[in-house]
This record gives sequence, structure tokens and C-alpha cells, in this order.
Amino acid sequence: MNLDVLKIVLVDDDEDDRLLFKDAIEEVDMNTNLLLFSNGQEFMDYISLSGQPLPHLVFLDLNMPIKNGMECLTEIRSTSKLKELSVAIYSTSSSDKDIEQTFIKGANIYINKPNDFKKLKKIVRQVLKLNWQYHTSNLNRENFLLSI
Amino acid sequence: MLKKNSNEIRIALIQLPDRDVARPFYLSLFENRLYNFDFSTPYYLMKLYLKYDINIIFRKTLEEQLGKLGVDYSINGLGEVEFNEPLNVETIKELTSLLSIYGIEIINDHKSEIVQRIKDSITEMIANSSIEKQHKTSTYLSEKLAYSYAYLSSIFSESTYTSIESFVILKRVDRAKALILEDRLTLTEVAYTLGYSSVAHLSGQFKKTTGLTPTVFRHIIRERNKSLKN
Repeated sequence: MNLDVLKIVLVDDDEDDRLLFKDAIEEVDMNTNLLLFSNGQEFMDYISLSGQPLPHLVFLDLNMPIKNGMECLTEIRSTSKLKELSVAIYSTSSSDKDIEQTFIKGANIYINKPNDFKKLKKIVRQVLKLNWQYHTSNLNRENFLLSI
Repeated sequence: MLKKNSNEIRIALIQLPDRDVARPFYLSLFENRLYNFDFSTPYYLMKLYLKYDINIIFRKTLEEQLGKLGVDYSINGLGEVEFNEPLNVETIKELTSLLSIYGIEIINDHKSEIVQRIKDSITEMIANSSIEKQHKTSTYLSEKLAYSYAYLSSIFSESTYTSIESFVILKRVDRAKALILEDRLTLTEVAYTLGYSSVAHLSGQFKKTTGLTPTVFRHIIRERNKSLKN
């Protein structure tokens, strides 16, 4: 039994999506701790507070009011204390160009939002487990890319 | 980082696969080397390619830090240190803090120790392709660690959320990424070095693990490095 907790953040403005994602994460057989935010600004305000423990993984929705996922990603990658953070972007777009752009801007994971809960659960499980390996196994995090 | 006559020297490519273990030490080693570099020659240095052996770095780091304790020890390889006399709590505390700067942790439960030794052995196996060509992973691990493969495999799955087999694939793809980015080998050569039967086999496993082809992966990392510089 692994007692280490995987700290996860989810930033999404859509309440239904947040709940669905929360359910999916809770169903993965891992020890997780989830924090929810409804836009990029809220999350950046929270994470900028000093002494805040860094999450292992942040899921960012792309389309959000006030501060969208792309702006949030750019800000994360230009903040030195957040450089090690794994960022997963999830979006309804499946165009190669969009995927490429988010990776170039520094995302580690690109998730094409699935339309049913079963698929979502499967994707979330795979992402969480892979991210866990990157945090515990001396894999090169700068080369961590996953498109799913 | 390093400046000479106000011309900033950018170090563009430092691959640190085991960066969690030895990064601070490694960087200091690297900087010392660079300070001894002859800057008087008109030499426009923008990129350095480095070859290194993570095992040597690890051993040297350990030796330096253990030396500070003033106790007799021997390093038994693969992250195991044996002392000739029992250590008291103060010494262990001191060692813990000395090593923590380098991201090295003292493991004190049996299962974590086994898992770490499995991971280290797999890393060694993948770095050294001749091991892989001669042995099956299961035989290699059980001979090296002197436990049955079934036992190793159940401990590993129970504490890492993955199987030994999947971990080997992940490690091999991680090494493939490093080799692809180094750009010295063709894809065919990378496939051969890592013991894949063909480029198609390598590309297939790469795509399955990352969702991207090796070519798209290389393109993205290069573009990302360019955009970070600007």
C-alpha cells in the first residue's frame, strides 16, 4: 500500500465538468488530494501565496473567463518556483496544431476531452499513474509529453 | 548564469536524466570545469555537449559527503552503503541532511529499498545494452537482487502503481527521448542501441507511451527550447 499522497489541482469554469472530473479522480485507486478552482486567476492567486505546498499535477481547462488555460500555463512556466509542476491541458480541440502549441508553451500533457465518463476515468487513471512515475523515478521531466 | 566580458554564455543542452539525484552536485562540477576553460581565445561558445556517467557522479557525491562523517564505510554499489560500526542517531541525522541537498534519501523500510534497487537495476540495464541482449529482464533482476521475480514483481506493483514490465518500457522510451534529442544517432541507430527489433517497433512503443511520434516529439522540444530562449 502506497501512503504518499498525489496532490492534484483542477482549474475549470464549468461546474458540471468539475464534478465529473472530481468523480473520475476519486475513482482511481490512488491516494489523491484534489483542489478545485474556477479560473486561472484564482489558481495563480492561491499558488503565489508563500509557503503553499506545490501540487504534483495541475489540470487546466483551455477556455475560461478572466484568465484562460493558455495564459495560466505561460505564467506557470515563467515563474521559477513553478517550473517543476506538471501541467495537463484539457480541451475539446483535437487539432494537431493546437496540441503542438500547448506543448511548445510548456504543457506536459494534452487531454482531448472525452464525451463519456468511462473514457474520462480511463484517461485520468493513465495520466495520474504516469505522472506519479515522473515524480518518483528519476525520469527526465523536461521531456515529459503525453497526448491522449 | 556565467558571464565573461558581459557576453552571456548560454548553456543550451545539459541532459540530466537522473537530475533528482545529483543535480546540484552535477551543476557545480560543470561550472568548475567551465571556469578553467580558456576564455582568452576568440571562441564563441553557445552549446556544449556533455558525456557523463551518472554512477560515477553518484559515487563521488556519496564519497564526499560520507567523508565528512569520519566513519569507516564501504559502498556496495547500487545505492547501498555499509558501515564498519553502528551509526548513532546524531550521525544518521547529519548524513540525512548532508545528502538531502543532492536529492538523495536514506531509505529505511524493506519494500521501498527493494523498489529502489529494482529501479536502479533497470536504469543500469537500459544504459548498458549488452546486459539486455544477454538476459531476460526477469532473470537479470532476480539474479542481481537475489529474490524470485514473482516476489520482486508483486512488491513493485504494490508500491509504484505500475508493473516492472511497464516501467522498463517507460525507462526505455525516456532513454530514446534523450538519444533522439542528442541528435547524434539516426532513428534506426537509436532503435538498435535500445534493443528494438526495428524502427517501427521503437516508433510504435514511443507513440503508445507519449501519444506522439518520435519526429513530432523532437520538433516540439526544439520549438519549446527556442521559445523559452526568446
